[in-house]
Amino acid sequence: MHNIIVYLEIEGGIVGDVSLELLTKGRSLADRLGCKLEAVAAGYQLDNVGAQVFPYGVDTLYVADDRRMEPYTSLPHTSLLVNLFKELQPQIALMGATSVGRDLGPRVSSSLFSGLTADCTSLEIGDYEDKKAGKTYHDLLYQIRPAFGGNIVATIVNPECRPQMATVREGVMKKEIKDAAYKGETVRLDVGKYVPDTDFVIEVIERHMEQSKVDLKSAPIIVAGGYGMGTAENFQMLYELAGVLGAEVGASRAAVDAGLAEHERQIGQTGTTVRPKLYIACGISGQIQHIAGMQESSMIISINSDPHAPINTIADYVITGTVEEVIPKLIKYYKKNSK
Amino acid sequence: MNMSFNIVVLAKQVPDTRNVGKDAMKADGTVNRAALPAIFNPEDLNALEQALRLKEKIAGATVTVLTMGPARAAEIVRESLYRGADGGVVLSGREFAGSDTLATSYALSCAIRKMGRVDLIVCGRQAIDGDTAQVGPQVAEKLGLPQITYAEEIMDVADGKITVKRRLERGIEVVRGPLPMLVTVNGSAAPCRPRHAKLTLKYKRAAIPSEQAEAGAGHEDLYTARPYLNIGEWGVADIDHEARWLGLSGSPTKVKQIESVVFTAKESKRLSPADQEIEDLVKELIANHTIG
Repeated sequence: MHNIIVYLEIEGGIVGDVSLELLTKGRSLADRLGCKLEAVAAGYQLDNVGAQVFPYGVDTLYVADDRRMEPYTSLPHTSLLVNLFKELQPQIALMGATSVGRDLGPRVSSSLFSGLTADCTSLEIGDYEDKKAGKTYHDLLYQIRPAFGGNIVATIVNPECRPQMATVREGVMKKEIKDAAYKGETVRLDVGKYVPDTDFVIEVIERHMEQSKVDLKSAPIIVAGGYGMGTAENFQMLYELAGVLGAEVGASRAAVDAGLAEHERQIGQTGTTVRPKLYIACGISGQIQHIAGMQESSMIISINSDPHAPINTIADYVITGTVEEVIPKLIKYYKKNSK
Repeated sequence: MNMSFNIVVLAKQVPDTRNVGKDAMKADGTVNRAALPAIFNPEDLNALEQALRLKEKIAGATVTVLTMGPARAAEIVRESLYRGADGGVVLSGREFAGSDTLATSYALSCAIRKMGRVDLIVCGRQAIDGDTAQVGPQVAEKLGLPQITYAEEIMDVADGKITVKRRLERGIEVVRGPLPMLVTVNGSAAPCRPRHAKLTLKYKRAAIPSEQAEAGAGHEDLYTARPYLNIGEWGVADIDHEARWLGLSGSPTKVKQIESVVFTAKESKRLSPADQEIEDLVKELIANHTIG
């Protein structure tokens, strides 16, 4: 009772990074609250899930293994969580802010009348004083998220309703194994007890999933372009620079909106959060929502013709010049000086 | 055979979050909508387009737009009429103030119930002021309907079933499910058609009763003579509801705190694009193993 539960996203038997990141966060919240960390896996042929998640400190893994539970459809997974949560009474439920979690979370929260906060960038535990009601609540989940295009950060609480639900985007939290030998318990659920047959109304006719070719999260170096790159040809220079440095190419929302880069390259609050050892920002002015997604980079170089670009304030090196001039020189001098 | 097919489009008037000023938030942490330019939520326009395409394909189909907001949200219905919608309703009242997504969904679901038989509800995936993507699924749950989210294209409606192509972050899915259904439409779907010139002329004076009253005496005849110019305006008394699920009391989430975002500045080293400075920087980065 009153534990923390994480809904696991599973594709082809593999637990998604976003879920492992949530387990890492969930473990530290559970330690803070002195409760257990639980996880729920729904799908088909889930025998290997335990081995993947126990090292993150999962105390109990609930497994709903049924051919009909994969691929994901809204109603059966909703019923599973709603009925399981009624039984377990978790105090906190976390899921990925993915196309699954954002389909499932709202439906579960509506059914249970429990508050849900989407796309949290930070989760903390703390107290809340409701001055009007003259009541103080202890150890609530602070669900912290940007709002209004990233211009403000709001801390949301659910004082009365349980579970306190939140979704978090992939790459926002860190993934960290607690103990490779951590021992948890597996509880196999009788799916028919939780999910009525009438829930299986959506027929998946076609399904093409592919692993993203872009891996921003684990790239040690990121070369990112903004609207200031101007043209697709200029943006091509970033691929050349990334090629010689062994870097991944990222982009600001403005560059993606302008069609200079694919959406999967977007860095920022509505894209991926990154923490590389080197971030080279090329023609990026530095809107708040972009900076929020890359400010934890170990070193930041900003190349911008505008000496007053906002991103310059958080950069370690500011090169004031055009991308057309600076990027070829970086390529040239790297080639000359490496090895 | 039943020849009618009733589509409801849920649309929201949103503050343009690309132009947010200092007075955008009220002291209680809720949004000061009056201080911001209001636009048609972008993905709701994608949803409207999907609805209008179905209207063209299905004989007897109607498109009704439902929006919750202040009186000025009637603009959303007018913009929809200009593009081919058949009518609309503005759900308005101070009882709805302070609603989070759940209270909003409850109010919308009550209004949809009042509309009688509905075959399909479409709405944008999310609104740009909150980016939560919660209201669509929550309305579906409140109405006991299945949902298809992240739709890129409604491919077919036939034999009581709807076939939809979904755009997910790592791929696509084609799914089929029974009607009635709620579908949320992704921004990657076809953009909404522009205003139609004739319809824009026809519906220019379309208004909710409170706008008509504001326009003053002498206009009553117009709305009697041309009933299509009347946009519905429903208040809390017009929907069958339980008060405790509306507004602040129907909202389990509370805003504890709002902060403006500020970043701590670093001491930056400033360089020019001169060859020597770039080469020195590259050498330094190689020497400290940042690159190479």
